[in-house]
Amino acid sequence: MRILIMLLAFAAGNAYSQAIKIGELNSYKVFPAFLEPYKKGWELALEEINNSGGVGGRKLEIVSRDDGGTPGDAVRVAEELLSREQASVLMGTFASNVGLAVSNLAKQRKVLFLAAEPLTDKIVWEDGNHYTFRLRPSTYMQTAMLVPEAAKLKKKRWAIVYPNYEYGQSATASFKKLLKQAQPDVEFVAEQAPPLGKIDAGAVVQALSDAKPDAIFSSLFATDLQKFVREGNTRGLFRNVQVFNLLGGEPEYLDPLRDETPEGWWVTGYPWNQIETPEHKRFRDAYQKRWNDYPRAGSVVGYASVYAIAAALKKAGSADTEKLISALKGLRTPTPFGEITWRPIDHQSTMGAYVGQLARRDGKGVMVNWRYADGAKYQPSDQEIRTLRKE
Amino acid sequence: MSGSAVLLQFLNGLAASSSLFLVAAGLSLIFGVSRIINFAHGSLYMLGMYFAVWLSPKLGFWLAVPVAAAAVALVGCLIEVLLLRRLYKAPELMQLLATFALVLVIRDATLWAWGPEDTLGPRAPGFAGALDLAGGRVPQYDLFLTVLGPLVLVMLHLALTRTRWGVLLRAATQDREMAAALGVNQRLLFTLVFALGALLAGLGGALAIPREPASLGVDLTVITDAFVVVVLGGLGSLPGAFLASLLIGEVKAFCVALGYSKLTLAIEFVIMAAVLAVRPWGLLGRAGAVPRGSAVGEPPLRFPPLERLACVIAGALLVVAPAVSGPYTLVLLTDIAVFALFAASLHFIMGPGGMASFGHAAYFGIGAYAAALLALHGGLMPEVAIIAGPYAAGIAAVAFGWLAVRLSGVYMAMLTLALAQIAWSVVFQWDAVTGGSNGVIGVWPSPWLASKTAYYYFVLVLCALGVAFLWHAMHSPFGRALRAARDSPLRAEAIGIDVRRQQWLAFTLAGLFGGLAGSLFAFSKGSISPETLSVPRSVDALVMVLLGGLQSVSGPLWGAAMFTWLSDAASREIEFWRAGVGGAILLLIVALPHGLTGLADRWKSWR
Repeated sequence: MRILIMLLAFAAGNAYSQAIKIGELNSYKVFPAFLEPYKKGWELALEEINNSGGVGGRKLEIVSRDDGGTPGDAVRVAEELLSREQASVLMGTFASNVGLAVSNLAKQRKVLFLAAEPLTDKIVWEDGNHYTFRLRPSTYMQTAMLVPEAAKLKKKRWAIVYPNYEYGQSATASFKKLLKQAQPDVEFVAEQAPPLGKIDAGAVVQALSDAKPDAIFSSLFATDLQKFVREGNTRGLFRNVQVFNLLGGEPEYLDPLRDETPEGWWVTGYPWNQIETPEHKRFRDAYQKRWNDYPRAGSVVGYASVYAIAAALKKAGSADTEKLISALKGLRTPTPFGEITWRPIDHQSTMGAYVGQLARRDGKGVMVNWRYADGAKYQPSDQEIRTLRKE
Repeated sequence: MSGSAVLLQFLNGLAASSSLFLVAAGLSLIFGVSRIINFAHGSLYMLGMYFAVWLSPKLGFWLAVPVAAAAVALVGCLIEVLLLRRLYKAPELMQLLATFALVLVIRDATLWAWGPEDTLGPRAPGFAGALDLAGGRVPQYDLFLTVLGPLVLVMLHLALTRTRWGVLLRAATQDREMAAALGVNQRLLFTLVFALGALLAGLGGALAIPREPASLGVDLTVITDAFVVVVLGGLGSLPGAFLASLLIGEVKAFCVALGYSKLTLAIEFVIMAAVLAVRPWGLLGRAGAVPRGSAVGEPPLRFPPLERLACVIAGALLVVAPAVSGPYTLVLLTDIAVFALFAASLHFIMGPGGMASFGHAAYFGIGAYAAALLALHGGLMPEVAIIAGPYAAGIAAVAFGWLAVRLSGVYMAMLTLALAQIAWSVVFQWDAVTGGSNGVIGVWPSPWLASKTAYYYFVLVLCALGVAFLWHAMHSPFGRALRAARDSPLRAEAIGIDVRRQQWLAFTLAGLFGGLAGSLFAFSKGSISPETLSVPRSVDALVMVLLGGLQSVSGPLWGAAMFTWLSDAASREIEFWRAGVGGAILLLIVALPHGLTGLADRWKSWR
């Protein structure tokens, strides 16, 4: 009898202390520059949460996988996380096509998916679904954050350069639409769409300067941005032209520019060493202590994603998918940028970005004149969103 | 466009073509002599970049460049002596597989050594600024490159025509066996050529750092560009490569200048396809000398009892798998079955057909897209769409095959690559129909097939039927005629076989079944995007076929299973998992130069 009681107690204790599993997948070896900091971010959050007792007395566990960077492999990896690892929640992905594929799988398998990084508007609008939530400010939101500054300049002739795939195309389309609304007399004089990662910078810079624009809107990033900046500096393209560059202030893309950093560009980004709010300072100190490295934009995304899931688990009181979804809708969760809200209408978080200008300090790129643009303010009307989501 | 704009863009094109030529020259040299299709050439270029970026702060840019190039040459030497030398007797394409494995290893080694961040190199001292010219500004470094390209061409030309070493090299290029018979030390020659090719790749990479950052994706970008240049110019022809880079550089510059920047996504492949359609040996290439002796003809197709037994056992295990395994194993086995059919369809043209295709993903992707779109927008039931989709791939194969069978060898392989890239760029940009870069989502089977077990059996049956059909075709009179056409086109013609027609039909069949694999794949994932038609997907198929063994019946199935399982397991267990996969492939090649099915022969000889 005594043995039986002991066994029962053991079984109960075991069930009580069993960890809640989050299945995490990302293209770690395809986009390492962004995703290594991201991983450090979520590892830090996980340690913090578990050191303070986990969620409802249960520990959180993250099972992380490399998704190979293709939708097909990512779906297989997600299936593995769900069926073999018995993960309760999915989280992660970087490229938009991979994010959309996993989001669609989440709908099919009826499991919550927190899309951490993908920027595509479609994941919460046209192709949005009941099971998918997205953390990072979308292409539309980040573009909308830059438009007020662009309209203020009253520049008439605009040229546009963007990487030729969905992100660049929708950034360009949103920018043209929003700027035209704010400034009806604007004229778009040139448009260059080099293939992603293969910009022919010399020819593109030359073609843009031949169009004699007053201002340029660019959504280039990574190696394309670096080539464009160096070539533009050499050829003097930026001398009398105001440039706006989406994502250009994120440390991942800004830091490699070093002494080439073009002064005065308007960008969205993350001035990590200048944000002195209590929640950010706490995050930055903890991050630097843990990793002996400074946080990048990806670190914030990884960190905030885990806190959001933890908060949803806590409120739901269980890992049941439907309960989690209702819990996360409208929930306020903490991030290093301050509290954000998970919008019930489209499952987009209101996490914002910092809008500011680039400058050089000691041979390094920094952001100046920056302000925090709250993601809640840069959204289309609810009516438009309902139409897009076909609800 | 104004006159000055034309001149400035022309200069941009010249600079771009010079850097293209620097990479392509090494690849062309290596292929010309050793017939090795060096897939790792782009990786050597990438190493050159990283070495140069790393050394520049220590040595200064102008010293870092030659040191980096020399370091890469040393790496090339090691690769040749330690790896490739073991494989000269293996079937020709095994060296391609080996260099592919090197790509994986070098990429991860670079990540490990230098970290993930892109690094922009320094400007070249003395050439940092720009010249005012025709109302614009031209970077001095562009002018330096423009001069350097032709200079390298002339130096290589002199070395090949005016030195004893060059004469020997050309002799070996023209007729390897004869050169060997006359006592030329081939081992040394091959090592030196490979080192020189690597040196040029490293030099190209090191010289690129003032213009573009060292980054990890550059290897694959560069290798495709270099292949296009080498084939377009004519294999082994340095002036041809120079001309081809000039053509591509200028056409691209003017696409951008005239506002058609979207065309640059695939313009080089359009040019290559157009040129090869008119000049089957490239711009300045010549029909290659027919290799003598042992290289002619493959042994008869065998399906030994041991191999049959293994197939029967594996088949039985696959049938009972759902009863004994977990749900994830079924997901993995579904992938394996799909890729097995995909590899078998490629093997059909490569093995019995003797025609290498570097663009087989085109059919996989077209089949997948056609099935998905028929189900989503055409209102077909998913299982009907799965059967109907592959016909689109078959039709594409009829068109592509018609062009491809006019060529042979590497030219044909590269034409298939070009056609696949053109198909890819259409899918990638045709937003209204294909969903552009995001692709098509929400492609799921009907409810009765939705469970993993049901869909697994569905895939298994269709793949088994597909493979059975291909095997049957292989041993039918048609298959025999195809093999005859591979081994001796002349004799085959003489006895009344229409060689091109056989090959064309084989292409169509392969496309059809590749398409079936694609449509099954789409519905197992719920979504597809342009990567289903991309180069890496084609390369995967190639790797599976070669891993299994080119001249065996069931080889591609084993290769597909091995590669899929290996990638899946490695990505879960190892941090640098691509290097793990590459390393495993290298070990396999060295141990089994005839592929996995060569294991049976080994077994026999050990007993």
